[in-house]
Amino acid sequence: MDKGKAVMGSGRRWAVDFTDNSTTPSSRDFPDPPGFTRASPDQDDSTLSRQKKDAEANWKSQKAWEVAQAPFKNLLMMGFMMWMAGSTVHLFSIGITFSALWQPISALQGVGKVFEPYKDSKVDLLGPKLLFIALNLGGLALGVWKLNTLGLLPTHASDWVSSLPPAQEVEYSGGGIPLG
Amino acid sequence: MGVAIRVFVLLLFFSSTIPTFSLFEDQVGLMDWHQKYIGKVKHAVFHTQKTGRKRVVVSTEENVIASLDLRRGEIFWRHVLGTNDAIDAIEIALGKYVISLSSDGSILRAWNLPDGQMVWESSLQGTKHSKSLLLLLNAEVNKDNAILVFGKGCLHAVSSIDGEVLWKKDFSAESVEVQQVIHPLGSDMIYVVGFVGSSQFDAFQINAKNGDLLKHKSETLPGGFVGEISSVSSDTLVALDATRSILVTINFQDGNISFQQTYISDLVEDSSGMAVILPSSLTGVFGVTINTLTLFVRVTTEGKLEVVEKIDQEIAVSDALLLSEGQQAFALVQHGGEKIHLKVKLGHNWNSDFLRESIEMDNQRGLVHKVFINSYIRTDRSHGFRALIVMEDHSLLLLQQGEIVWSREDGLASIVDVTTSELPLEKEGVSVAKVEHNLFEWLKGHMLKLKGTLMLASPDEVAAIQAMRLKSSEKSKMTRDRNGFRKLLVVLTRAGKVFALHTGDGRVVWSHFLHSLRKSEACGYPTGLKVYQWQVPHHHALDENPSVLVLGRCGQSSRAPAVLSFVDTYTGKELSSLDLAHSIVQVIRLPFTDSTEQRLHLVVDADQRAHLYPKNPEAVGIFHRELSNLYWYSVEADNGIIKGHAIKGNCIGEVLDHYCFDTRDLWSIVFPSESEKIITTVTRKLNEVVHTQAKVIADQDVMYKYISKNLLFVATVAPKASGEIGAAMPDESWLVVYLIDTVTGRILHRMVHYGSQGPVHAVFSENWVVYHYFNLRAHRYEMSVIEIYDQSRADNKDIWKLVLGKHNLTSPISSYSRPEVVTKSQSYFFTHSAKAIAVTSTSKGITSKQLLIGTIGDQVLALDKRFVDPRRSINPTQVEKEEGIIPLTDSLPIVPQSYVTHALKVEGLRGIVAVPAKLESTTLVFAYGVDLFFTRLAPSRTYDSLTEDFSYALLLLTIVALVAAIFVTWVLSERKDLRDKWR
Repeated sequence: MDKGKAVMGSGRRWAVDFTDNSTTPSSRDFPDPPGFTRASPDQDDSTLSRQKKDAEANWKSQKAWEVAQAPFKNLLMMGFMMWMAGSTVHLFSIGITFSALWQPISALQGVGKVFEPYKDSKVDLLGPKLLFIALNLGGLALGVWKLNTLGLLPTHASDWVSSLPPAQEVEYSGGGIPLG
Repeated sequence: MGVAIRVFVLLLFFSSTIPTFSLFEDQVGLMDWHQKYIGKVKHAVFHTQKTGRKRVVVSTEENVIASLDLRRGEIFWRHVLGTNDAIDAIEIALGKYVISLSSDGSILRAWNLPDGQMVWESSLQGTKHSKSLLLLLNAEVNKDNAILVFGKGCLHAVSSIDGEVLWKKDFSAESVEVQQVIHPLGSDMIYVVGFVGSSQFDAFQINAKNGDLLKHKSETLPGGFVGEISSVSSDTLVALDATRSILVTINFQDGNISFQQTYISDLVEDSSGMAVILPSSLTGVFGVTINTLTLFVRVTTEGKLEVVEKIDQEIAVSDALLLSEGQQAFALVQHGGEKIHLKVKLGHNWNSDFLRESIEMDNQRGLVHKVFINSYIRTDRSHGFRALIVMEDHSLLLLQQGEIVWSREDGLASIVDVTTSELPLEKEGVSVAKVEHNLFEWLKGHMLKLKGTLMLASPDEVAAIQAMRLKSSEKSKMTRDRNGFRKLLVVLTRAGKVFALHTGDGRVVWSHFLHSLRKSEACGYPTGLKVYQWQVPHHHALDENPSVLVLGRCGQSSRAPAVLSFVDTYTGKELSSLDLAHSIVQVIRLPFTDSTEQRLHLVVDADQRAHLYPKNPEAVGIFHRELSNLYWYSVEADNGIIKGHAIKGNCIGEVLDHYCFDTRDLWSIVFPSESEKIITTVTRKLNEVVHTQAKVIADQDVMYKYISKNLLFVATVAPKASGEIGAAMPDESWLVVYLIDTVTGRILHRMVHYGSQGPVHAVFSENWVVYHYFNLRAHRYEMSVIEIYDQSRADNKDIWKLVLGKHNLTSPISSYSRPEVVTKSQSYFFTHSAKAIAVTSTSKGITSKQLLIGTIGDQVLALDKRFVDPRRSINPTQVEKEEGIIPLTDSLPIVPQSYVTHALKVEGLRGIVAVPAKLESTTLVFAYGVDLFFTRLAPSRTYDSLTEDFSYALLLLTIVALVAAIFVTWVLSERKDLRDKWR
């Protein structure tokens, strides 16, 4: 209250100065806070920034290759799981086979998204993408192969004739032992 | 770990694929029913002791001895003797034993009267085939209460206490045909009378105490004798002379034999025809029938004959019943319109009836064949009578005080043939009130069931649940159901009566005693042969009724004229009947129907002419179109010949008959009569549906089944070994089985089982035959399987051709194109001897099959077809195991739980019929013999429907609970979200 009174006493109640003086050092009449060095971007060293960008691009392409190689581990893991599951049709083997089929498919659907963070004009993503697709196709092939070993693909003659009705007979014959 | 998982999965696989069909105790009677019968009654002995237990003991033509409740007609106890152990006579001895004489007078048994336990059995030896007679001696003559038995040419006196033979007198040396054994009341003499040759009459007087022959006299009558002797009194007999025109009164008093002859024409004017003496035991009176006329003739003390009554009608006469000292009563039953008249007369007073009753009688029962009377003392000390009558349709009725007290449909004990018929479709228009009521009932029922599942039900409620399950109105409705469980079983009995039984509860829906199969002047010995589905309407199922065809013949020889009758299966009315001019030897059901959906039938007569039915021009048109592809074959088991025939053209006769066709012989297979004798032939069921021609075996390989309806399985045995088991040595007995194509006569497969013999029971289905026989070397029964595969189709392995449909697997095949077949077979020991073998059949043929084996214990055993698979091996590979092949064992397992008859017996089992239901997983099984049994089987479990005890209420409750839970959690989460936002 005393403070307010003092202000009132000066005749001017309060005022806010809206002028932004952060970028106009000329109008600045107070020093910068300690530890703050004012530097404008256009003041940056051009060579330094190029170096930085190169490093980032390198890092991105490296990462992209890493991502592209990731399905390989998956593939190995899947292979192990499939071997574990055996070749009889049951819940476990079916689940593994279908996940083996589903993972590559979903991965292939999201190829763009997977490599989104590494998109750069300087980074060539074609190589990693192709590897990624190839590995996933490999995974898919493994899944299909597994499906086939489980006998769930119609690749045998038996799959096409198993519900074939018996052929009609031309002749008809009846009779037997005389009625007693 | 992988191995462990595999083993576990394999175990799971096996446990789920060898289904056991055991029922829980509370499931008995849910889908099965069992009915007990006894057959046509031959003898009846009443037992009305003062104990109050009123019973009658009967013996029947199905070799059953039973004790029936006189109040309700229920069976107290029953014994079914073997098929060749025919009962000759029954008596009650000592007031507590039922004595039965069976097997041509060679086996005498005593059964305890109250509970039917066997007390003793004696086997009486003899050499000669003869009449079998049973006679009780009373206590004053013989303190042992001896039973006199005449059988196999010997007279035995057997103690009724322990069945020991007291004495024996052999008559076989005397070459006498014994006709009667007479024991005069109160005397200690027995008279044995009979004929030597055709004209000599012999009388033997025997001491009843020790069997000593006291006197033997004989006298010759030049005219000769024929037929039966009727005993009129203790020393007078009546017989017919060889011409059947003279009645001979034989008096053998004091050992002197005298004959007195009376012409029948003296007694009655119209005496042309066969005279037959009625087998009755009235004192002083005997009965003679001449054609339809029945005469009762009294023999006066001087030996004169006088007619006391003349009845020009079919009648039945009972034996005399001793009322009191010297007073005899007997009953006569006559027909008169819709009623039958029961007259009880006293022996000494012919002119008046002691009792006269008229009883309304359903004319579906035919004539009265037998009557047995029994008297009781009424409250006013007068005699009352009850009569047990046996009707022409083999039913048994008890009459008392002018009413039918009870009746039993014992004709059902002798079923000849079975077919099925659909029930009417459900008509629309069910009232709302009914639906509401049903809904309420439904809910109530399900709530009760739910309580039962949750074990909250009280004992009363449990009983209510069980009663509800057993008496579900759903299963006995008179309409078709979606699953096809409700059907009509149309059965033909030996008496010629057709019954329709409801599959739901086994009740008789209708019965019809066919007029054409009743005994009449035109038709002396009518026999029902077969019953087939005649018309099965599909196009107009709502307005047309299905009908069945009943085939019979008038007489026992194969040349007797045939009888056809058509019966509506909804109403049981006979639509029409045909008395045919030709005979009936075979019936061939053709796979064609005319526009009214009547199936074409060929009836082959004894002259090898084929007659086409139905007789309409359209049928002839269809027949002519298919004529070139129709064949038939005949098996002459006695001559050892199988012949194939084709149809040549219309009959050549005086009158042109468009429906009669001549046939010509095409081929014949002659079995050498010195080494082979045909004992069994089996074909596939005509209506069997096969789902696929391919059999997928391990590694996705395919084998093509050789599926042909024209295959015949024939089993022959060495003539020496065609008798009983043990009659021939293993070295001289063999069993040969053949698979024969009946169009071309080609033998596709032949196999010899050395050291084996019949009887052979076989079943043929799809591409396999399973047969059951006896192995003399191993002293065990065996079952073998033959599977036939078509090798010529085996190269159809190119997938692209199959994918594009460029194969000839479904094109029609001809038997004339030489098939390349391979057969696989395997044999196994089987513990039981079999009475019948059948196989389950389902509507599409997808479900795996089970063999239904009628065992010697009169039960039906279900054996999975996978146990009789020729591809079984001792160590099946992993892949084969996965395919479901069971490791080979030397004998077939009999799992006690797989008896489909569970705890019940189908006494005298003769046949098993499997009918597909509409639901693919399910088959209906009907087993018949003296008893009837029906059940529903699911060989691979009911994979296509929920079981009956599935709790819908529980499901509903679960859904409601889940919805409530979802709602509650949703509200809670909303609240939590809101609270979080305020934070």
